[in-house]
Amino acid sequence: MEYEPVIGLEVHVQLNTKTKIFCSCSTKFGSEPNSQTCPVCLGLPGVLPVLNREALKKGILAGMALNSRISQYSKFDRKNYFYPDLPKAYQISQFDKPICEGGYVEIEANNKKKKIGITRLHLEEDAGKSIHSEDPARNISYVDLNRTGVPLAEIVSEPDIRSGDEAYEYLQKIKSLMKYIEASDCNMEEGSLRCDVNISIRKKGASEFGEKVEIKNLNSFKAVRSAINYEIERQTRMIQYGNKIHQETRLWDADKNETYGMRSKEDAHDYRYFPDPDLAPVILDSAFIDEVKKELPELPDEKRERFIAQYNLPQYDAGVLTSIKQLAQYFESVVEKGADPKKASNWIMSELLGKIDDAEKIDAFPVTAEMLAGLLKLIKNNTISGKIAKKVFDEMIKTGKDAETIVEEKGLKQVTDTAEIGSMIDRVIENNPKSVEDYKNGTKKALGFLVGQVMKESKGKANPQMVNEILVKKLN
Amino acid sequence: MGIDRDTILKVSKLARLELKDEEIAEFSGQLSDILSYVEKINELDTDTVKPSDHIVDLKNVFRDDETGPSIKPEEIEKMAPQFEGGHIIVPKIIEGS
Repeated sequence: MEYEPVIGLEVHVQLNTKTKIFCSCSTKFGSEPNSQTCPVCLGLPGVLPVLNREALKKGILAGMALNSRISQYSKFDRKNYFYPDLPKAYQISQFDKPICEGGYVEIEANNKKKKIGITRLHLEEDAGKSIHSEDPARNISYVDLNRTGVPLAEIVSEPDIRSGDEAYEYLQKIKSLMKYIEASDCNMEEGSLRCDVNISIRKKGASEFGEKVEIKNLNSFKAVRSAINYEIERQTRMIQYGNKIHQETRLWDADKNETYGMRSKEDAHDYRYFPDPDLAPVILDSAFIDEVKKELPELPDEKRERFIAQYNLPQYDAGVLTSIKQLAQYFESVVEKGADPKKASNWIMSELLGKIDDAEKIDAFPVTAEMLAGLLKLIKNNTISGKIAKKVFDEMIKTGKDAETIVEEKGLKQVTDTAEIGSMIDRVIENNPKSVEDYKNGTKKALGFLVGQVMKESKGKANPQMVNEILVKKLN
Repeated sequence: MGIDRDTILKVSKLARLELKDEEIAEFSGQLSDILSYVEKINELDTDTVKPSDHIVDLKNVFRDDETGPSIKPEEIEKMAPQFEGGHIIVPKIIEGS
């Protein structure tokens, strides 16, 4: 019997605003604990939360990037539960009237394009942060409420995902989109992107769903993939041995590479939602929606297709270059400064990306787009060889100088003088009689060796093509 | 509409309230009375009244994304039963354990 997993993801992204969703406290990360709170986010009596317009706009923009319908009518509800980092004992969220509904993102899985449906996107406030004391003598937790009230968009996918790899690709896509539209930093370490997984197993082709298990405590995209792979195996084995899967929440243990069950709480999910009477409903007219739409930039998929059409790049190259907005901008600037698109793309992908930790920060990279275009120009007009260019590039990163200056200073100009190359070749032929003999006896490999020796003689500066031609002439 | 003992137990558990037996009986009576009082509204003919999703007759109340003053941790310290190193101290609660 063949089984298939049915997976849906719930992704929380922190919306990139200066202030919290319902009050004017700062959202800055890493401040002194409990220094960014006020009566509103602390839930003190008699306060009035007011929606941050920017959080609403970013949520709508996120929905647009996910091809969602923007709701004309939406409202906020109270989700009631007790937890120490939730000072009001309810979270303001959206229950039945979210800001965005429907939509999809396209991912690439097994070299095929696949659409993953989006169920909804809603706005809500974050809770605080608890740190549990490790001291067994002190049964306490430390609570920091700076994060309480930070705006989140929760993006719920349809159960369209079928593997850990697809989930990974989906998350990459969500992250790429959210960063493109500058709605979120999507930094998992700082908690600005979080993901929970819902997963069940069913007979392949069945239309009904199996009992679903929720996995939490996933702190990287890789953890999501590993936890899904582990859970698919665990659930399939359980079913094969005739066991039943029970609805439960499991946590991922990254050290042991396995999930484990949390003690179940029967009525943990009775949230008794009701409309928040303190917050007016959001009723959007098309003027407002159009205004937000104007801020929607070219998204990665469109950009990729344009790169393929406009610059004649392979699908793969276009995909890599457009996955990060800043990188795509850098590439386009290099081309704008006169570089050949394919040459620019090759250099960025095989040389530059290996030398930069975070391609999003490419604007701070010592080699600007203009400088890279300058380097590529020197290769193109045969001033330097590709091999020397790599050295020049390293030097550019180290010193911040442009390619021309470095070539000039270090005397790296390619030797294209026939007589000069000829005399180097003569020396090499004289010093390597054995290889010359081998070549004449038909060992073609010997030619490569001799070319190498000439290049060495020239300290890499001879034009390799000319060396090759003159050498062959001289040997015959 | 009557509120039975089980419902009272469930609601009190969700609200983290510990009720004595006589309170269960007392509240079950009170809550039943409240519900029947509110039920009266069903006697009204609302066919011509537009359904309302919300109790306030307002819409789109927004604020600008501009930082305002927060309160000092010392102020929170005064409100919290226990406070240490800038943190509010609570009994350790780990979800699900």
